Parts: sequence; C-alpha cells; structure tokens
Amino acid sequence: MAGKRFRPDMTVVLAVCIFLFLAVCPFFLSMFRVSLIGKYMCYAIVALGLDMIWGYTGILSLGHGVYFGLGAYCMAMYLKLEASGESLPDFMIWSGQNSLPAFWKPFANPVFAMAMVVVVPVLLAVIIGYLTFLNRIRGVYFSILSQALAMILSVLLIGSQEYTGGSNGLTNFTTMFGQSLSSPAMKIRLYYAAFIALVVIFIICRFLVTRRIGKIFIAIRDGENRVRFTGYNTAVYKVFVYGLSAAIAGIAGALYVSQVGIITPADVNITPSVEMIIWVAIGGKGTLAGPMLGAILVNALKTAASEQFPELWSYFLGIVFILVILFMPGGFVSLRSIPGKLRRKFAKTAKEEYA
Amino acid sequence: MRREKWYHRLAVLGMAGALAACLAGCSGGAMSEAAGSGNSQTSAQEAQSGGDEGGASAEGQAAGAEGDTIKVGILHSLSGTMAISETSVRDAEILAIEEINAAGGVLGKQIEYIVEDGASDNATFTEKATKLLENDKVATVFGCWTSASRKAVVPVFENDNGLLWYPVQYEGMESSPNVMYIGAAPNQQIVPAVDYLAENYGTKIFLVGSDYVFPRTANSIIKAQAEAKGYEIVGEEYTPMGHTDYTTIINKIQAAQPDFVFNTLNGDSNVAFFKQLKDAGLSAEDVMTCSVSIAEEEVSGIGASYLDGHLVSWNYYQTTDTPENEKFVAAYKARYGEDRVTDDPIEAGYDAVYLWAAAVEKAGSTDVDAVREAAAGISFDAPEGTITIDGDNQHIYKTVRIGQVNSQGLIDEVWATDEPVKPDPYLSGYDWAAGLSGQS
Repeated sequence: MAGKRFRPDMTVVLAVCIFLFLAVCPFFLSMFRVSLIGKYMCYAIVALGLDMIWGYTGILSLGHGVYFGLGAYCMAMYLKLEASGESLPDFMIWSGQNSLPAFWKPFANPVFAMAMVVVVPVLLAVIIGYLTFLNRIRGVYFSILSQALAMILSVLLIGSQEYTGGSNGLTNFTTMFGQSLSSPAMKIRLYYAAFIALVVIFIICRFLVTRRIGKIFIAIRDGENRVRFTGYNTAVYKVFVYGLSAAIAGIAGALYVSQVGIITPADVNITPSVEMIIWVAIGGKGTLAGPMLGAILVNALKTAASEQFPELWSYFLGIVFILVILFMPGGFVSLRSIPGKLRRKFAKTAKEEYA
Repeated sequence: MRREKWYHRLAVLGMAGALAACLAGCSGGAMSEAAGSGNSQTSAQEAQSGGDEGGASAEGQAAGAEGDTIKVGILHSLSGTMAISETSVRDAEILAIEEINAAGGVLGKQIEYIVEDGASDNATFTEKATKLLENDKVATVFGCWTSASRKAVVPVFENDNGLLWYPVQYEGMESSPNVMYIGAAPNQQIVPAVDYLAENYGTKIFLVGSDYVFPRTANSIIKAQAEAKGYEIVGEEYTPMGHTDYTTIINKIQAAQPDFVFNTLNGDSNVAFFKQLKDAGLSAEDVMTCSVSIAEEEVSGIGASYLDGHLVSWNYYQTTDTPENEKFVAAYKARYGEDRVTDDPIEAGYDAVYLWAAAVEKAGSTDVDAVREAAAGISFDAPEGTITIDGDNQHIYKTVRIGQVNSQGLIDEVWATDEPVKPDPYLSGYDWAAGLSGQS
C-alpha cells in the first residue's frame, strides 16, 4: 500500500463536529432556541437528500418541497385527527364538510401515518422519476418539471380546503402518541428524534456514496452517456436516488411538523424548494456534511438577522448569499482546503529557507 | 502520513473533550426545563445559570413587566406579499405606544416594543410568536393580518398563555381566550353589507373571492343568509391568491347579470379585477360591487379612478366624523407623512394598544389572566366612535358603516348603524347560520 496514504475525510470530521454540537445543545440553550435548532435539523435532513441527487448524481430538483410537504402532511393528518378527538377537524367544519373523508380515516393510526410519511413521497418520486428518467428527460427540463410539480401540489392543497385546510394548512395540534406536544419533555424527545434521524440518514448516505453505487452516481453526474455505454441502466439508478431523497425529505417533513406544529401550502411551494437548493449550494454540494452545515447555518443566520433587523434582514441575507457564491463557489466546505494550502505554503517557505 | 492521522485525531478528541466539559459544566438550558417541567418558575431560574439565552429568558417572569418598562411585541409581515398592508398597522401601533409613553406610560412605566417580521409566512409567524412569548417574555402582542397567520399563532398563544390583539376584520367562527379580536366579526361587516345591497340594489348576487379561508367562509355565510332571505346567488368564483386574469370571470358576471358583485378578493388580484372591469366598459353604475378587503390603503394602490362609485363595508373610514378621528388622522400624518392614509385595520391596531393599556391600568398588572378579566366591558373613545370589549367573546362592539369610494380615493359613508353592534362571531343570533359554526 505504498501509494495510498490514510486521509481522514475532513467532511466526516466536520459532520462529527456538527453532531457533537447538536447533541449537547439542549444542555445550554433555552427551550425556544433548542426547538429552533430542532427545526434546522429537519432542514439539514432534507439537505442530505438533496445532496444525494444534486451533489452526487447531478439531478437538480427545484421541487423538493413537494416531498417534504407530503411527509409533513401525512404526519399532520395524524396529529390533526388526534387533536380533534371524536369530532371533525375544525377546518372541515367551517368548509362545510359533514363527515371525515375516507382517505383521512386510516391516518388516525400513528403507525399507518408514519409509514405513509415515507411511502407517499417515494411512490410519487418513483412515478415521476420513472416517467422522466426513462424518457431521458434531464438537466434543465427536469428542473422545470420538478418546479411545476411544487406549484401543482401547492395549488391543489389550497384549492381543496375541505380536505387539506387550504392556505391555512394544518395546525393546532395538541398531542402525539398521547403525550402533550407543548411539554418540554416532549420537545426534547422530538429534538433527539430529529437528531437520531439526521445521524442515521447521514450514515446511510455516507455508506452509499463510498460504495460502488456512489461511484455510479458520480459517474452519471459527470458523463451519463458514458455510463450508459458501459452497460449500466442509468434510469434505474436515477429513480432509486430520486426515491431515496424523496423518502429522506418525507421523514424530515414529518419531524418538522411535529416540532413546529404547522404545515401550510406555502412550505410546499417553489420558494421553499429553491431555498433548499440554496442551503446545499451554500454549504458545498457533494460533501454531505456541507449541505447539513449550510442548512443549519443559513437558517440560523435567517433567524438571527430577522430578529436583529426585522425590516432589512432579507437584504442582509441576500448579500451573504452573493458573497458566498462570489468568493466561495464551493460553499462553506471549501474552507477546508485552507489549512492544507497554508501547510503547503509553510512547507514551501521552510524548504526555501533550508535550501 | 502518521503525523496527519495523529493531527486529525487530536482535533476530534479536543473538540469532543471541550463539548464534554461544556456538557458537565452546564446544568441549565432546555434539558433542565424538561426535567423540571412541573415547576416552570424554578426551571427558568436554573436556566439562568446555564447560558446566554436561558439567562435572558428567565428574567421577565412577571409577563414582561420587570424594571421600569413594560415589553410588548409587534408581530406583522414587514416583508413578503402582506407587507404593504401590515406595515401601516405596525406604524399605527407604534404611534399609539409613543402617545401613551408621552402621556406617562402604563402603570407609571414606559412601554418598550419589540418588532418581529412574520414575513407573510405562517411558519415564520409561529416561530416569531414563540420568540416573543418565550424568549422576550412580552406582556402582550399586537399583530397578524391574514386569518392563516392568526390560526398559525393561536396555538402558541394558548400554550404559553399569551394575549394577542388582532386588528383585522375576519370570518368569525373563532373565540380563543388568548386573542382579543379588534376587527369586525361577520355580523358587523359582511351580513349587514349583503342586506344593505340586497335592499338597495337587488337580490341577485355574484360572489368573487380569493381561494383561502376568509372568502370561502364569508361566502358560505352569505349563501346561508341568501337562502334564508330569498336572495339569489347567480355565481360563485374563486381564484388563487395573486391571480391577475379576470376576463373569464368578468364575462361570467356579464352573462349572469347580477344586481351586485360581492367581492372578497385580496391583495394584488383586486388591482387586476377592477382594471379589467373598467376595460370591459363596466362602471359602478353597470355592475355594482361591494368589497370587504379594500380600504383606503388599497384604494390608493389600485387607483381611485378604477374604484370610483363602488361600495365597501367597514367600521371606520378616514372621513369618519368624530373629534377623536380628526386628532388621529392628524397625528398619523404628522408622524408618517402627509400622503399617508388611515383605514379600518390601521385604526383597529391603534385602538388595540389603547384598549390594552386601559385593561392593564384597570387590572393593576400586566398578567394575562388579570388583563383578560379587566378587559371585559372596557370602553375607549376611538376614532370610529366609542368601542367596547364584549367580555363573552373578546370581540368589540362596533358601528357598521357602508362606504362609497369617491374620485379622490377616500371613502364616504353612505349608511351606518345607529349604534355599535354587538359582536357575534358564531352568528348565533341568526337562525339561518345554525349549520355554519359546528358549535351549536
């Protein structure tokens, strides 16, 4: 093994640091901040899934709010039914609905709802993926298609108010598995549930990208035709990774809605979907740890800026995005090359001195 | 090679060690809140020892009233689609706070306000409401505009026992103990407007609205009312928020020949709707409309020439003739500029602050339960006339006013009730509304 030297991957080191920080947050931050970080973790989970399809496989999905939203809505339907008890959910009453629609009924069962959190997004992603990737729709055409999907779902959700709560979305939940959602103990439990999900999903993604299948993803990104000519059916791989990222987004949505307590069509639409892409880009795509960091930092910055400058924060955030794209095109993660550059520089000067 | 491995391992170990030390050193934070959830007072004090956030949040236990200031929150959309409407309400609320402070404050203390941006996004409203209540420990919050944003924050206010002063007319069917509804209930705006128009213009009604909870609920109320009173609904159309092509709907209106159009469109759509109505050659004389989401602020945005002669229904206009209103309009213009107009939600935001201050003075405390109890029956000589809080449902007794837009962009009152109308959010005083609320 003469030529191969051991290099601990800086992105893994970064991920471990992020996990350690997240694990201890509840010990020194107030409950309000902890809940916020819990929300950011859900975003980080979505970012992991997006990194799998965009960073590694090169499929730019501008409509991942759809899968996030579907997962969230499935969970929210369960929470809403539990909050409503025997009576109809409140929005059905004011929309003139007299009985619970049939497709709502099974969601009273938490196990069914949690299964649907994954099944519904995956099913949609596989159908969409199968139709598009098999027909070799890719690049910008796929991006436009995915964006249209986000638009369609949000219009559909707004339009069918009697089934989905319309633009109000689903909110006013009380309990989950019989436990009050507002109790601090439950909030901490949900925080750690999101934390564990983040760690596990990171490990799965990391496992995939370091195996052969990960190399095929990267190969598809860098030269899909070549991969096809070597005998791989790239569509199958693309459908798989698209479905995987949809499942991840669905899980994130379910964790999000149980912590934040509201999901609306606005969270499913194009704007949040594009924001998800921004997290990945700012963090550094194709590194897994980078998008996680990006999701957490961008949202923490958004919260901090909007609290400090409630009128100007969106401009402030815009400037930060522009600066990062201009000076760190590789995202935050590109900072990792700085110690190496410095070391090389020092080594060089040292050599010159000795010479 | 070996050195590098060692170097990175050390970095990771160091980081872990530092975090472990931090973990051991910090006994406060959310974890202790969770452990001591039975006794929130002590856990909040424990949190103070924990760190920056915990410390800041633990101070204001007496509902934002520590020291010589009282902290209140202002939560409106300052960015996004709703910013155009909500920033004016925020301005009015700040004006009222400044006036009260100049007059000596509340309970001898100055009011300190914290502004947060809801960003026209419901999840952001939830986050900011939580921040104001749990982190800043404000005594009360003035805020929200859309029903969606209100519904998003109500669970937060109910959980943390906060108090929200909501300044906008809305669709009713709600009465949270943690909300004071300063805008009109449906029986103070929609129901009398429909009756007035049916009496004066005819009984064939066409309903146009944006596709969200307020127009849909408002129209289901109107449909029940029409059925009971023998009015005829000749059309009902919804368009998504931000929709701008109304030619099809205008064609349908022309075909249906209604006596009037009841318009619950919101935001930008109104601009498109009224411009295209005029382009189709239809003035107020040809097709009369009555709007419940167009006030002076929106008239100036749409253009007075497009709305000239059309009707609106509110509880207050800039032209409302009371001495208090003269003072209010002058103060508002002096503070924010001559070109600014006042309207119903702006005035309601201003009233909300005064009503809260009066309730706090009466209660002798900023405690939410005490303020709620004291608020029942409190009156205020508002720009719209004397308003009173109804203790039963925390809505306001208000005068109903039908107005007609004039060519200057102001609204002239054409009809008003003789005295303030009792709020009836569930329309329980109307037999035909029995099936609507789901509460009866």
